[in-house]
Amino acid sequence: MAISTQRKDWADYEEDDGGDFLLPPTEVIGPDKKGIKKVISYKYNDEGKKVKVTTTIRVTKTVTRTGRGVEERRSWPKFGAAADGNDGCISVSQEDIHLEKPTAPGEKPKEKDIQQAAGTGGGTLMVCRTCGMKGDHWTRECRYKNLAPNPADATSETSKDSDNNKGTKKYVAPRPDRKRREDEEHSIRVSNLSDDTRDDDLRDLFAAFGPVARARVLFDHHTGKSRGFGFVNFVHKEDGERAIQKLNGYGYDSLILCVEWAAPRSK
Amino acid sequence: MRPILMKGHERPLTFLKYNREGDLLFSCAKDHTPTVWFADNGERLGTYKGHNGAVWCCDVSRDSRRLITGSADQTAKLWDVKSGTELFTFKFDSPARAVDFAVGDKLAVITTDPFMELTSAIHVKSISSDPDEQTAESLLTIKGPRGRIQTAAWGPLNKTIISAGEDAIVRVWDSETGKLLIESSKETGHQNTVSSLFMSEDGSHFLTGSLDKSAKLWDSRTLTILKTYVTERPVNAVAMSPLLEHVVIGGGQSASEVTTTDRRAGKFEAKFFHKILQEEIGGVKGHFGPINALAFNPDGRSFTSGGEDGYVRLHHFDQDYFNIKM
Repeated sequence: MAISTQRKDWADYEEDDGGDFLLPPTEVIGPDKKGIKKVISYKYNDEGKKVKVTTTIRVTKTVTRTGRGVEERRSWPKFGAAADGNDGCISVSQEDIHLEKPTAPGEKPKEKDIQQAAGTGGGTLMVCRTCGMKGDHWTRECRYKNLAPNPADATSETSKDSDNNKGTKKYVAPRPDRKRREDEEHSIRVSNLSDDTRDDDLRDLFAAFGPVARARVLFDHHTGKSRGFGFVNFVHKEDGERAIQKLNGYGYDSLILCVEWAAPRSK
Repeated sequence: MRPILMKGHERPLTFLKYNREGDLLFSCAKDHTPTVWFADNGERLGTYKGHNGAVWCCDVSRDSRRLITGSADQTAKLWDVKSGTELFTFKFDSPARAVDFAVGDKLAVITTDPFMELTSAIHVKSISSDPDEQTAESLLTIKGPRGRIQTAAWGPLNKTIISAGEDAIVRVWDSETGKLLIESSKETGHQNTVSSLFMSEDGSHFLTGSLDKSAKLWDSRTLTILKTYVTERPVNAVAMSPLLEHVVIGGGQSASEVTTTDRRAGKFEAKFFHKILQEEIGGVKGHFGPINALAFNPDGRSFTSGGEDGYVRLHHFDQDYFNIKM
């Protein structure tokens, strides 16, 4: 709490100070027996009204006793290898070290578990398969159920496909990736992500614009590190458009995001 | 807490000691030069040059004027704390290991290692306040225990000397006659070398750490085991908090195994135990070698650890530490 009790000379006031010198002087009451000190000051608020500001401060005195000779020893000249001002090598640890609580005997914290706990903020089982919302509702209760691509439609389409190929009379496997490709038609590519962005971070970022069906950060298979980009699918295309407008060029984790419609996957 | 790292020693630390007021910290290492630091900010005050071998142990007098060090160069030396000048040298025929000033600083106990045909011994020396009158004569020499005597300390009222070492037996000697008064039994006592001993401030009990991966709290008069603290690694150093009912135990695997194991597996942490409940409170990590020395500031608000890695780490406790409820 820094309160300037120093009064400026009136000549130092600039005109645009708003006539601060017209305010009553700052009053200091106390400290009383309990060590409570009151500082009453006046100022103009943003609306130009005079405001009285009362600040209550508790003043405490701590007495540290030092043994006899401690003060004297403080002033002792240095000797030996320290005499030439060479202080050895003293540094303060950059790491903040805590008294770590022990784990139960025979139990070792798995690093994976810790990572997961940190990443997802407590895993939840309730995941909606339609809009991808976690912990809110089950798939069957999803508000966007009728907007989601109908699995029945997908099967009928595949049957049409197989109709076209009827002449060959060959068995054509149903194409399970059909639905996924439809999703990808309006997927958004987010690039220039920082290394520690995870799927959920991406989801959190985009969830503000509407229900997110999918949010995925791509990882390198070998190194396990983020490749710096990911894809997001919205349930509604309009949400996607708004998200692109807002988030393209948005600073996230000290990097500027590049958000655009994903180019259709080349075959 | 953010510990202060003091890298003044070039070789592994062997011993740490605070003076009575807790403003000075003395450190001994295998690099021949004991060092004194200001215990609040870790500033180096000076070094004591003169030993020609690893320094195993030191003790400082109650008035913080005299320092005694025991070294592998077969000497124990008396120093002027303020100037770092060497006042007197006790010469032995084998390396000196443990040193301890008696209450009143008129006597000191020095132990020597077995060497060639010599067995280990405990020497009691009289310390005169005027260094010019100092003599090398031993008032008493106790021989008997086999193997190295790692540590020796004065019992309550200077009536006894407590020693422990490689034979894993803790012994209480009469400090005037040199007679063996009590010794710990092999069954209930430590099973391996006793590496360190820490006497409580009032002398009523003491803590020993052993390579059998445990530390034990003993009654200094009856030598009954009061408490046992069990860890996973050999114990090299022990200390007791003068403020709270805490003991701190440091260790790690032996230095020869360090390079072959992972840092995390090494358990190079100072472990805090509740003195009475014998429950582990927590561990303070940081060293990348076994902890060889531990010391509590006499005010109980900071502690220091010295490791095989050559670092002295000075930890000032956070407020959290004082709020721990058991």
